[in-house]
Amino acid sequence: MATLKELAAQEEKFVGGHTSCAGCGYPNIFRLSLAAIKDPVVVVGATGCCEVNTSIFPYTSWKVPFLHSAFENSAATCSGVEAAYQSLVKSGKAKDENFRFVAFGGDGGTYDIGLQSLSGAMERGHDLLYICYDNGAYMNTGIQRSGATPRYANTTTAPVGKVKPGKLQKKKDLAKIMVGHNVPYVAQTIAGNWKDLTNKVEKAMSIRGPKFIVVLATCPLGWATKTQDTVKLTQMAVDSCFWPLYEVENGKYKLSYDPKDKKIPLAEWLKLQGRFKHLFKPGNENLLAEIQAEVDQDWADLKALCDFHSQKV
Amino acid sequence: MTATTIIKQLTVAKTGNEAMADAMRQVNPDVVAAYPITPATEIAQIFSSFVADGMVTTDMVTVESEHSAMSATIGAAAAGARAMTATASQGLMLMAEMLPIAAALRLPIVMPEVNRAISGPINIHCDHSDTMFCRDAGWLQIFSENAQEAYDNVLQAVKIAEDPRVHLPALVTTDGFIISHGMETIKILPDDEAKSFVGEYKPNYSLLNHEKPITVGSIDLQNYYFEHRIPMIEAMKTAKDIIKQVGREYGEKYGRFYDLIEQYKIDDAEVALICLGSTAGTAKDVVDALRTKGQKVGLIKIRVFRPFPVEDLAAALRNLRAAAVFDRSDSLSGYGGPVFTEVCSALFNSENKPKIVNYIYGLGGRDIDIHTIEAVYDRLNKLKDAQDTGEIVSYLGVRK
Repeated sequence: MATLKELAAQEEKFVGGHTSCAGCGYPNIFRLSLAAIKDPVVVVGATGCCEVNTSIFPYTSWKVPFLHSAFENSAATCSGVEAAYQSLVKSGKAKDENFRFVAFGGDGGTYDIGLQSLSGAMERGHDLLYICYDNGAYMNTGIQRSGATPRYANTTTAPVGKVKPGKLQKKKDLAKIMVGHNVPYVAQTIAGNWKDLTNKVEKAMSIRGPKFIVVLATCPLGWATKTQDTVKLTQMAVDSCFWPLYEVENGKYKLSYDPKDKKIPLAEWLKLQGRFKHLFKPGNENLLAEIQAEVDQDWADLKALCDFHSQKV
Repeated sequence: MTATTIIKQLTVAKTGNEAMADAMRQVNPDVVAAYPITPATEIAQIFSSFVADGMVTTDMVTVESEHSAMSATIGAAAAGARAMTATASQGLMLMAEMLPIAAALRLPIVMPEVNRAISGPINIHCDHSDTMFCRDAGWLQIFSENAQEAYDNVLQAVKIAEDPRVHLPALVTTDGFIISHGMETIKILPDDEAKSFVGEYKPNYSLLNHEKPITVGSIDLQNYYFEHRIPMIEAMKTAKDIIKQVGREYGEKYGRFYDLIEQYKIDDAEVALICLGSTAGTAKDVVDALRTKGQKVGLIKIRVFRPFPVEDLAAALRNLRAAAVFDRSDSLSGYGGPVFTEVCSALFNSENKPKIVNYIYGLGGRDIDIHTIEAVYDRLNKLKDAQDTGEIVSYLGVRK
């Protein structure tokens, strides 16, 4: 796996000048992911913050071929690009240059409106990597709740009010849904851990077929957090076990990192985020306890699965 | 041109769907992405068997929806591939978001489309409400009268769409079941002839060039969007000439000439019917019968609805005294169908124009027969000398 020095020596494929907010998670993700891909690559993006901030005509941050068509369909669009490449190479109309294909979407474009398109592309077995940058709401349109919004987060369409404590439903487990597609590689990582992220992208690209990585990304505006805390906040999500780092290769779960005795209470992570501030008001202790229990149960389940799969037969 | 110079063709029995699938086989697109929908299902289904038998080199992407069909087709075309799909009705409606994007990215995708009523209520039979719903999507729209035209139109559409002066996507429609499932005797070109007529696709840009990476589908704001729409508008106008050129070339080589509109016994006609698709075939029989009775009747078939043949229609209608526009869909505007309003608009600035009435017919596959069309010609014959036009918009064959 590439060292930081090797990654830094790469010619940049995703460059500055884009208009993303300070502290936003996705520029890290795409700069690092592309650095981890050695072969020629085409990137297909879904409508969202990343797409609109990085391709404002006549500018572009993409020094690799980049295509955007709409919101819910980056996986389907990318599958067409990949199919074209295979076909053109087969018929001798294009050179075999070992082109690789990356599709991306935010959580809205992936967990929700783009889920069908993603499911289809994964099931069909295209040779592409889908990267979801998950900041837990429709941030581009102004912080509306998505299927990825954590329970009790404050959003503009599931706001904290006099009778409602924010979003009532639990976040969807997208990695698990992707594992259900029997794809060779699924992983969960964060924007703030360059090594885990690039290792996973590198590993994904060593595999032919459909791959899926979901990356937790900060949104200082939507989370109401400090812009300098991207690394800290995403790492705390891992240390609290809200967002464990793991990978699933051919259906086998494997933890990438276990905080063990460094596991922090969920409240420590939530406390830094304005979207959860209502949980710290007197009377809401039960809500905090409820989501702490949920995280503990999910972590125990994941550990059990990873332990089971690591047993030597 | 004399008949001896026309290239020999194979006479075969095919349904409209088979004819379109066979044209696709000859075109041999690099990528086809499709999803089943009645009555267009067979097109992709038959094409899949060509893929399975190695008769084409196409990469077939069996997507999970029409939205993804059009998305994958757009991705493939942006990668420099010749890409096609096929659909109908609700499938076209699900693609609707992606249709203007394909046009704006100037991707010359060709899509056979079988006209079927849109829901609701759900119905699987022919009318033009699906195609008309997408009439402002930036796609060329070519209507076919029968399976022969469906075949000929697919080959021509590829050449037209890929012409560098056009570079717009194209729909080629047939009428659901009437053409799609009706068996006809048609002539098809030898494979090598079809391939050479269509030619090789040479895209201007491709995503598959890492030395010259391009960004496709940028966000385009107040400063640029308008300027970027203009070339598309201009290309749609230019397409009229290219469609005529390609139709003429096709006729010279293969004996079947095509234009934006077809004028049938219109030279000395006093009254005419204007329609699209399979109804033109039925109406031509009525014209022939009425002509034997000495009536000066004719027919104008609009083959190309997008771009709209404003000039050609104005010229063709100039010497008529009364005309009836047949619409196989209603705009739900409270004033008839889309063909009617556009024909009227084409004539508004003409010095000479006939009285025009509109007939909405055949919704949801309701049959249109020769007696009904005869009755319309009867009315036109009276209308040509009448002071009062009477009912402007009428509904044919609908029970009270």
